[in-house]
Amino acid sequence: MAETEKTTAAAPEAAPVKKAPKPASPGTQALRQAVSDVYAAAWEAKKRGEPVGWSSSKFPCEIAEALGLAVVYPENQAAGIAAQHDGERLCQAAEDLGFDNDICGYARISLAYSSGVETTNESRRMPMPDFVLCCNNICNCMTKWYENIARMHNIPLVMIDIPYNNQVQVDDTYVAYIRGQFDAAIEKMEKIAGRKFDEKKFDEACAAANRTAKAWLKVCDYLQYKPAPMSGFDLFNHMADVVTARGKEQTAQAFELLATELEEHVKNGTTTAPFPEKYRVMFEGIPCWPDLRALFKPLKAHGVNVTAVVYAPAFGFVYNDMDSMIRAYCKAPNSVCIEQGVEWREDICRANKVDGILVHYNRSCKPWSGYMAEMQRRFNRDLGVPTAGFDGDQADPRNFNEAQYETRVQGLVEAMEQNIKVKEGKAQ
Amino acid sequence: MRIYTLGIDIGSTASKCVILADGKEMVSKSLIPVGAGTSGPQRAINQVLEDCGLKKEDMSYILATGYGRNSMLELADQQMSELSCHAKGAYFLFPNVHTVIDIGGQDVKILQIDNGVMTNFVMNDKCAAGTGRFLDVMARVLEVKVEDLGALGEQSTKDVSISSTCTVFAESEVISQLAQNANKCDIINGIHRSVASRVSGLAHRVGVRDLVVMTGGVAQNKGVVKALEEELGHIIHISPLTQYNGALGAALFAFQKWENEQQEG
Repeated sequence: MAETEKTTAAAPEAAPVKKAPKPASPGTQALRQAVSDVYAAAWEAKKRGEPVGWSSSKFPCEIAEALGLAVVYPENQAAGIAAQHDGERLCQAAEDLGFDNDICGYARISLAYSSGVETTNESRRMPMPDFVLCCNNICNCMTKWYENIARMHNIPLVMIDIPYNNQVQVDDTYVAYIRGQFDAAIEKMEKIAGRKFDEKKFDEACAAANRTAKAWLKVCDYLQYKPAPMSGFDLFNHMADVVTARGKEQTAQAFELLATELEEHVKNGTTTAPFPEKYRVMFEGIPCWPDLRALFKPLKAHGVNVTAVVYAPAFGFVYNDMDSMIRAYCKAPNSVCIEQGVEWREDICRANKVDGILVHYNRSCKPWSGYMAEMQRRFNRDLGVPTAGFDGDQADPRNFNEAQYETRVQGLVEAMEQNIKVKEGKAQ
Repeated sequence: MRIYTLGIDIGSTASKCVILADGKEMVSKSLIPVGAGTSGPQRAINQVLEDCGLKKEDMSYILATGYGRNSMLELADQQMSELSCHAKGAYFLFPNVHTVIDIGGQDVKILQIDNGVMTNFVMNDKCAAGTGRFLDVMARVLEVKVEDLGALGEQSTKDVSISSTCTVFAESEVISQLAQNANKCDIINGIHRSVASRVSGLAHRVGVRDLVVMTGGVAQNKGVVKALEEELGHIIHISPLTQYNGALGAALFAFQKWENEQQEG
């Protein structure tokens, strides 16, 4: 298919002045490299005339790996563009195309990029797609988003539909339904790749994905220590690694390296968090990527470390065979019932010893935010910790108000302080 | 020697000050009807000191709260959120309080209180529906004073429904009702029920338990209070000091902080 002509990127001088970042640890550098390599591999494939796919974050990456197909991830791209303050421009560009500003910010950024609007974030530029891989376990907006990309470029859409599960267990009928779709996806992707599905390569990709998941969970588990050896905000950045390069051995090795670094911090009683830890919270939801600094500022000021995020169980899935792999892919934050969602979060809150919960009501993600009011009520009841909700958006800065956020964080801190005093019998 | 502490609550629409003696006796209070980013905070401080003949130097501790609390970094010894201060003030005025509903100029807060301690809270999202600003907008459209809304709403004889979804939508609904010659008092009553519906939905998120106390300027509007009592099925208690509740809480916390400092030497 023909490459869509890109429009000019916004002037780079519009970007805010940044301080020189602290040097990253070898583990973090290795993870960044793994992600960069995914983007580079896609560009190289394009140059060789091979097809490049765009994939949703929880489409079974093992299939593309087994077929040697180059794949990049629009969700990761959108988060990167938003974090570099170019998201609003792309959101508006999508709105100019007729997409409503009520739909997901990632979708709007991706659709704008797909239509030919270039981004100032050079590290997140990616070649136009020759096929798209969509699995709606992560959200249902994804389906229409990918259908639109497929129509824009007149390319094949490989769809795997994961129905919402209203019970904790994954029923055998679900497995059979999804297994049929896996088989159809493999057949379709064989045609795209121009080669047969390689069982051995598939097994290798599954082994790498499992190894990555285990190492990812190990990294997440270090947040159980008091004080934690890192800021939980770092996990948000490492989400990029687990999304874009889950099926690669290189990623597993990089997470294992990071785990050894954290182990060393625990032994030495040190941390990479840039402030002393006074309170521990779960941060619920995707962060406001365009406003990370504003998000972090009051947390740092009050000594609040994020020691729990739902991404740990959501992306740390381990499986043994095709059936258990299918069951694993049924479990994403927006495809599981509220009981499962609460259990994931409450388990991690208990294990990671949180004093409170900060809930992001994410305007981009209606299903996720929709059930949060009830979850918040259950957290408060079951865990006996205060919670605070704030309005924001994962990618569109127009939906976030810093002053409102600061008041809610300060309120949460004061409530946590009182709650801790009550538990210690020192309330005034 | 008496210990004086000053609490200042800088809201979005008004600045309030309270001076307490020994953490229990209110010796002075002031209210200037302009808030953060205006001359209001300084004028409120000048007035509260002038009224009791004290000077800033006589204050052992000053604590700022409210939307504009961080503009008081030089003057105040500490800043706290209005959430804790409203909880503190309400508990001082009503020792059996378990739920505080505060409707301020641009936000709504529901506080859950156990033994005087704020254990949980919920605030409105970014939408201004259900806040004091919502009532300001409606009063302007209806060409009445916001402080007269309560009395006018009481004269209503017929139900008129006004949306609680959005201030802009509600404003156009009011205009549409006026165009159809609906009675102003009926519209006002509909507006009060709209605010009550919005606030009630929020309150149920943290749970409503007696004693329920309402604070903030909107608590002076009898129509909103009555509609909210009907929505919640609870009697709502209001202090004559309702508008000063946040500043009172700040002055109480100021005394507590001063005491802690003395103990720590």
